[in-house]
Amino acid sequence: MKIGKAEKKPLRLVEKFYLIEILKGLTITAWHFFRNLFIHTAHLFGLMKKKKGAVTIQYPEEHRPISIGHRSRHRLVRREDGSPKCVACMLCPTICPAQCIHVRAGENQDPAIEKYPVEFDIVLDRCVMCGFCVEACPVDAIRMDTGIVEMSEYDRKDFVMNRDFLLSQEAAPEVIDKESRHGLPYKTVEGARRLGETP
Amino acid sequence: MDILIILIKIFLMIGFLMTMGVLLTWVERKQSAVMQDRIGANRADIFGFRILGLFHPLADALKLLTKEDFIPPEGSRFIHTLAPFIAFTTALVGFAVIPFGPPIHMMNREISLQVADIHIGLLFIFVAAGLSIYGVILAGWSSANRFGILGAIRGAAQTISYEISMGLSVIGLLMVYGSLRLSEISVAQGDLLWGVFPRWGVMVQPLGFLIFFTAAVAETKRIPFDMPEGESEIIGFFVEYSGMKFGLLWIGEFVEIVVVSGLITALFFGGWQIPYLYPEGFVFPWGAKAAVHPALVVFLQVSSFIFKVAFFCWLQMLIRWTLPRFRFDQLMRLGWKGLLPLSLLNIAVTGLVILLLS
Repeated sequence: MKIGKAEKKPLRLVEKFYLIEILKGLTITAWHFFRNLFIHTAHLFGLMKKKKGAVTIQYPEEHRPISIGHRSRHRLVRREDGSPKCVACMLCPTICPAQCIHVRAGENQDPAIEKYPVEFDIVLDRCVMCGFCVEACPVDAIRMDTGIVEMSEYDRKDFVMNRDFLLSQEAAPEVIDKESRHGLPYKTVEGARRLGETP
Repeated sequence: MDILIILIKIFLMIGFLMTMGVLLTWVERKQSAVMQDRIGANRADIFGFRILGLFHPLADALKLLTKEDFIPPEGSRFIHTLAPFIAFTTALVGFAVIPFGPPIHMMNREISLQVADIHIGLLFIFVAAGLSIYGVILAGWSSANRFGILGAIRGAAQTISYEISMGLSVIGLLMVYGSLRLSEISVAQGDLLWGVFPRWGVMVQPLGFLIFFTAAVAETKRIPFDMPEGESEIIGFFVEYSGMKFGLLWIGEFVEIVVVSGLITALFFGGWQIPYLYPEGFVFPWGAKAAVHPALVVFLQVSSFIFKVAFFCWLQMLIRWTLPRFRFDQLMRLGWKGLLPLSLLNIAVTGLVILLLS
């Protein structure tokens, strides 16, 4: 391994004198101050809306845009007729490192599907948001694309999401928008490839 | 009647200082935010109105007043309570000798726009600044806290070191204007240098101004000279303070900024003077004239004083949010090996120039 050595340059006389360097620094910050102040003032009059005077995201009102690989709260995907797409194969509770998924299988009337989840609970305060369940699912029945990241409750038992609740959730509008634009059935390229193989 | 006038002036002065001090807490938050491409505190609201976060000082005051007033059991209860008052009073009292406007004539008497026009005005300010160290030392010592006493000792060393350069840097100014009375210094700065430039302190004493400004910023105990506080390491002399006693030390710091700005304005930037504006109106060196109503002249001059003070408050904020802090040895080296010889040199050069010109 190559180890680099930081060169410590001796200060020039001008730099030793502080004053000019200080003035340089003050110029930079003062420039930022006046530019941002000008932009903020223009915003007050409804001008220059495209230029931003601050990088701040005003959080509760404003949210950060969701990226394509973003993992948020889970949901269960439905079939056309509204029944769960999940086939209760037990891959997600098996891979889950936090052991927060609980599935109880029931027999499906359709012989092509075989099983369906009678119970499907995710305990959110245990979940580590790793997304392994999404990767493991062979039928793309569980997704983490609701865009909901604010998960807080007053009681622990409220953290348990049951099957019907999970089924009632929808993907975030940004995710739907991205899917329609990129043509990806799911967020990761890997997931998309695998989905292409399994009907 | 005289007493009434003085009381009004004291009321005005304290009102001005407190308003500026409270506003500066808002300015500190907002200016630092705008400088760093942020938005800054804007959440405190009354009935949904936020007006740029101007309610935050109010919210701060409410919060500080309702906090527990903690006094360390091993500490000295009396001195612990006394120290913030000393710190605040000494910060406040320095402004008393700074003239904020020209003398006005009203109801057959001359009223000087200055609380106390004493003939040792400049010395009085140094006395007040020197006494302010008591607030720091007593606060640190009475807390019975090692970090507190460490901050207090640093504060004492720093204040004493920079007091000397600060005092010496204005000697040159005294030699030029020949007075310790701040009103006379302000009036003298209305003259013209070579008939063109205003004879402001910064024109005749540029080096003196730099030394004074550096030392004055060091006296306010803020970054880059925040050794006594050292928020990132020892919290400093007010580590054991809470509630409004902390608030007093905190606001006192901002009042100190205003006083330092007023002092710089009065000594080096013409006080209430506006270049080429005389009691009868504007008279420009190239001969142009514009008559201005005397009352308007006074108004303009007082406004110019307030504007200059506000500018220097802004500049000190800019410095505080731009520069990293000094190490303690660097601080001492700058004070004793940099500013002190320079201020002595400044006196020598000033004396030489005065001797040659006379």
